[in-house]
Amino acid sequence: MSSKKSFGGPAVVLDRADINTDEIIPAKYLTEVTKEALTPYILEDLKLEGFDPKGNKLKNARVVITRANFGCGSSREHAPWVFEVNGVHTVIAESYARIFRQNMFNCGMLAIELPKNDIDQIIALEHKGDIQVNVDVTAQKISVTSGSESLDFSFEISQFDKALVEAGGWVEFADARY
Amino acid sequence: MGKTIAEKIFAAHLRDEPFEGTRVLSLDRVLCHEITTPVAIADLVWRGKDRVFDRNKVKVVIDHVTPSKDSKTATQAKILRDWARRHEIPDFFDVGRNGVCHAIFPEKGYIRPGFTVIMGDSHTCTHGAFGAFAAGVGTTDLEVGILKGVCAFREPATIRVNITGALQQGVVAKDVILHVIGELGVNGATDRILEFRGPVVDAMSMEARMTLCNMAIEAGGTCGICMPDMTTVDYLWPFIQDEFTSREAALEDYQQWISDADASYDKILDFDVSNLEPQVTFDYKPDCVKPVSELAGTPVDQVYIGTCTNGRIEDLRQAAAVLKGKRIADSVRGIVSPATPKIFTDALEEGIIQIFMDAGFCVTNPTCGACLGMSNGVLAEDEVCASTSNRNFNGRMGKGGMVHLMSPATAAASAITGKITDARSL
Ligand code: SF4
Repeated sequence: MSSKKSFGGPAVVLDRADINTDEIIPAKYLTEVTKEALTPYILEDLKLEGFDPKGNKLKNARVVITRANFGCGSSREHAPWVFEVNGVHTVIAESYARIFRQNMFNCGMLAIELPKNDIDQIIALEHKGDIQVNVDVTAQKISVTSGSESLDFSFEISQFDKALVEAGGWVEFADARY
Repeated sequence: MGKTIAEKIFAAHLRDEPFEGTRVLSLDRVLCHEITTPVAIADLVWRGKDRVFDRNKVKVVIDHVTPSKDSKTATQAKILRDWARRHEIPDFFDVGRNGVCHAIFPEKGYIRPGFTVIMGDSHTCTHGAFGAFAAGVGTTDLEVGILKGVCAFREPATIRVNITGALQQGVVAKDVILHVIGELGVNGATDRILEFRGPVVDAMSMEARMTLCNMAIEAGGTCGICMPDMTTVDYLWPFIQDEFTSREAALEDYQQWISDADASYDKILDFDVSNLEPQVTFDYKPDCVKPVSELAGTPVDQVYIGTCTNGRIEDLRQAAAVLKGKRIADSVRGIVSPATPKIFTDALEEGIIQIFMDAGFCVTNPTCGACLGMSNGVLAEDEVCASTSNRNFNGRMGKGGMVHLMSPATAAASAITGKITDARSL
């Protein structure tokens, strides 16, 4: 279900808490049996003032930056998949719903958690212009750049989550071990 | 230091600890439905690993859209059906025998105290009502579960939720859990297990405990869990009578799956529900909860009674008690989906189906149906549904629709008047 991913790139900010997986990919598209078929429907039902799911900002994004409890609700892995097929392999949020976070790492993708204060700073940077995120998984550091300004943050992920990212996902990890 | 039930189940199923804090558990049940399993099957086939770790531990149902509504859902059903046949999975439920996953699997006696259960469905937490550790997972976890019979979890931390006092007449498990979620918030229990305790839970039927545990995920909880007791044994007795000499012997055995008195908890919360009114959600999050009195009078276009939360016989009885001898408002479309064929049959025998039909309800086959907006009652833009389901997200039952969550009795009363209504006022 996965292969090794690249992280970082241009970011889109979704400045709202509790974005659920129904908003990320509505249930009516769960009848698709390939991940690729989900591609056009990313964030189609997101309730967020000024957000355009068909806009260039999202189209160019490789990173999503957002608030608390991201990915709550349905367990559908279609949510990480719709990010994956759109080239978004990194999500940075204040916190996640358990199943969504695990699904991201199970697909070999990154769900980075940063304190609210850090997210505030990143979002403030976005108001100045487009932002670019560089990720160093090994060192567990990210740098966020907008124009001439740049901020650095370190993040924590568990050894297990890191091993999943390195293996390319849980199927690869489990298959080699059990 | 004592242990919680979840810690006991984790210890008994620990297969590996690849890193500190990561517990890989062996699984007693891997449950499958047609929405989240086909992609796992396709991936296993693609990897040349089309195998099942134990065909007796894998249970399969087609429930979300059934009978299939179009070519795509027919394909999903076919992938699951062909796979179940190919692996000779004995417990596979197709059209005519199928029902909502979290209703049919417990009803068949598949869930036992002390079990570990996963499914590619967030409401798998329902099965914790039996004193099991049951968690919703994504398709990749499901895939590894099918292939290897294992799943990884963090160390369990438990919030103990004591429900005390006594419920007033007409106030039920759904009202209790809506109230608890309203207090906890949608991420108040993230990465936590919600252990439901206290005299109100002790007095609840298995059906009511399933309603309680069903919505643990709406507070972000990994699992809801109740202590196994004689109510659990009585429910399971038809399936376990060959295993034990008596019900007392079964109870004694199941006592190993009870939290110790000196177990340590992340948090202990007390809810005295003596003055609790029926509860109803507003807005698009399940923690937006108010007493029915504050939302009474809100017009509704559709009333949906069913789902893994409230489609069991006890729920249908409560709704029918309100509907008996009455007609629903002309402005309302009433839809009832008994959650399993057995529930449907029981409801027929008890005259409940007749009451629904006389009242003007459409009775559908057992299915998730309208609950996730995929079939059997999708809402149009700006329409409002009073529903006994568990999720009121924006677009959940159809783009632009609004869902108010409530108990079966409140939903039935709202169908009669065409507005959100306290059943006790009729
Ligand atoms: S009834 Fe609704 S919540 Fe329950 S399993 Fe079906 S779709 Fe999910």
